[in-house]
Amino acid sequence: MGDERKIYGLGAEFSSPADLLVAAEKVRDAGFKKWDVHSPFPIHGMDAAMGLGKSWLSAPVFAGGSSGFITAICLTFIPSAFLYPMIVHGKPTGLMTVPAFFPIMFELTILFSAFTAVFSIMIFNQLPKWYHPVFNWERFKSVTTDGFFLVIEAADPKFSEIRTRELLESIGGQRITLIHD
Amino acid sequence: MSESAVSLKTPAELARVPLVTNKRSFAWISDNVSTICEERSRLWWWALFIPLSIIAMIGLFCIGYQISNGVGVWGENHPNGWAWDITNFVFWIGIGHAGTLISAILFLTRQKWRTSINRAAEAMTLFAVVCAGIFPGIHVGRVWMAWFLAPIPNANGIWPNFRSPLLWDVFAVSTYFTVSVLFWYTGLVPDLATLRDRAKSRVARYIYGIFALGWRGSNRHWRHYEMAYLLLAGLSTPLVLSVHSVVSFDFATSILPGWHTTIFPPYFVAGAIFGGFAMVLTILLPARLIYPQLDDLITRQHVDKMAKIILLTGSIVGYAYMMELFIAWYSGNQYEKFTFFSARLGLHNSGWYSWAYFCMMTCNVLSPQVFWSKKMRGNYIVVFIICQFVNAGMWFERFVIIVTSLAQDFLPSSWGHYTPSWVEIWTFIGTFGIFLSLFLLFMKFLPMVAMSEVKIVLPEADPHFHPESPDSHAKEGAH
Repeated sequence: MGDERKIYGLGAEFSSPADLLVAAEKVRDAGFKKWDVHSPFPIHGMDAAMGLGKSWLSAPVFAGGSSGFITAICLTFIPSAFLYPMIVHGKPTGLMTVPAFFPIMFELTILFSAFTAVFSIMIFNQLPKWYHPVFNWERFKSVTTDGFFLVIEAADPKFSEIRTRELLESIGGQRITLIHD
Repeated sequence: MSESAVSLKTPAELARVPLVTNKRSFAWISDNVSTICEERSRLWWWALFIPLSIIAMIGLFCIGYQISNGVGVWGENHPNGWAWDITNFVFWIGIGHAGTLISAILFLTRQKWRTSINRAAEAMTLFAVVCAGIFPGIHVGRVWMAWFLAPIPNANGIWPNFRSPLLWDVFAVSTYFTVSVLFWYTGLVPDLATLRDRAKSRVARYIYGIFALGWRGSNRHWRHYEMAYLLLAGLSTPLVLSVHSVVSFDFATSILPGWHTTIFPPYFVAGAIFGGFAMVLTILLPARLIYPQLDDLITRQHVDKMAKIILLTGSIVGYAYMMELFIAWYSGNQYEKFTFFSARLGLHNSGWYSWAYFCMMTCNVLSPQVFWSKKMRGNYIVVFIICQFVNAGMWFERFVIIVTSLAQDFLPSSWGHYTPSWVEIWTFIGTFGIFLSLFLLFMKFLPMVAMSEVKIVLPEADPHFHPESPDSHAKEGAH
């Protein structure tokens, strides 16, 4: 069965975050596009080493926060000014009452932003995804403890089983393994 | 500089104390934190969990008894419409504040020592808010009408009053709880993946695996994850400051002497952080004793820093107490003067509850002053005892604010004593059972130290780490 399966990519193990960072810079310079590094914690400077820009997660979160703010404006003003205007404590019912609505506007802005942040990372990272070919690699289990891995996908146009293996060897990768789908 | 190679070496006495002591490795952290969830429950765990869950059951019984009989089973009556219920609500909400402070504000201010305590403190926050939420829910009397609090028109077509601080409170507390859960879970995902990868049994692997969402430590994921963490911290920072401010509006927007003050929001927030840190230490000091491996993660440095925060916030609270007294005198308002100097301080023998005021002053203002001494901050027994004083003092603070103002307000003809009934007392004790048994379950099933975050503060995690430099520690001696 082993050889029949589709090849997902080549994986290499590194001994430290520093080695992984240097290796990532070299893979980036070699022009690969479909590859990734895996580590138990985020490594400082790895985004630049992989040639990735800043995460644009803040954009959907801003949109989420704005929608929360607008929701709060509608939720407070529409009932208080139009649906059920009620004079309580002698306070006005129209626009002049806005300071009394600030807490609700603030809370809903935060609430909607937080939900957007969490759902956005799930969408950006395509999680939950309980099956992934890298999990077929027995040693990969240590990625959540102290393993540092670099995986180049076979789908990358520059991928070649022999030359990519040589590249991984030259940049210090250990236990280079072919990962099947 | 020509001698740069020499001068770059940090003298030993100036070197930073490492956040994780004894030069532990990445694997050591995973092993020693995960074993807490993986090993068979120890005897002490059952010895604590069984009595605590019984106490929780008694609390739940009292809640059921109160719901089926009405609020009349409590000692509350005119003029004390609020008493232990709201005291307990504010007490528990306040305790929740330390967790979000540690996870959000200390994150934004780059306080790296937060990493080993933030998970437990956030869990404590959630459980404290659960306990807090019980009281406003049941004190409305007809619990089945609690949906009137929701921002929808009620059965009579009447909308809730959005100008009321009580409704703001509903939004503030529910948002706080929801955002805290989201923040906590986001932080948990990489650690759940650790437990998934270490799990021996199939069931554990499946359950942790489902909640780990298939996390594989990919840097393409970490990139968005770190941004999400930063955004959640940025969102939680104003949130944690707002929750207790909104709680204080419940009092500050009324016209009762002793409640109607503008100092309340900052004073409540400082008090909440004060009481919250005391509860964090109350829980973590025994946990360190039970699991000696936590000594290297939650070090003397952590206890020392938390004690300093308690000293600072306790002194802010003390300042607020003094300022209240000053303003009561300076306002020239006879009702204000009566509330502060007679009902609370007990001048002219007229304060029914001035004993509570003195408990509050002693516990909150005097007792933390012990922490000026470095030696005392380093003595865990002293720290633990002071934290118990703070826990008690913060409860008395809310009792003083609520009951002294209500029991003796404007006209002596409308004064009335307040004594709690057994139902109130056992409901409050019951919430401690709920809080602590939830925390024990958390310790049993989830990693109580944020492993992936602690690993970042190890020197080896820095890609510019050089094992030969004198400040950093090599991996040897790790196991």
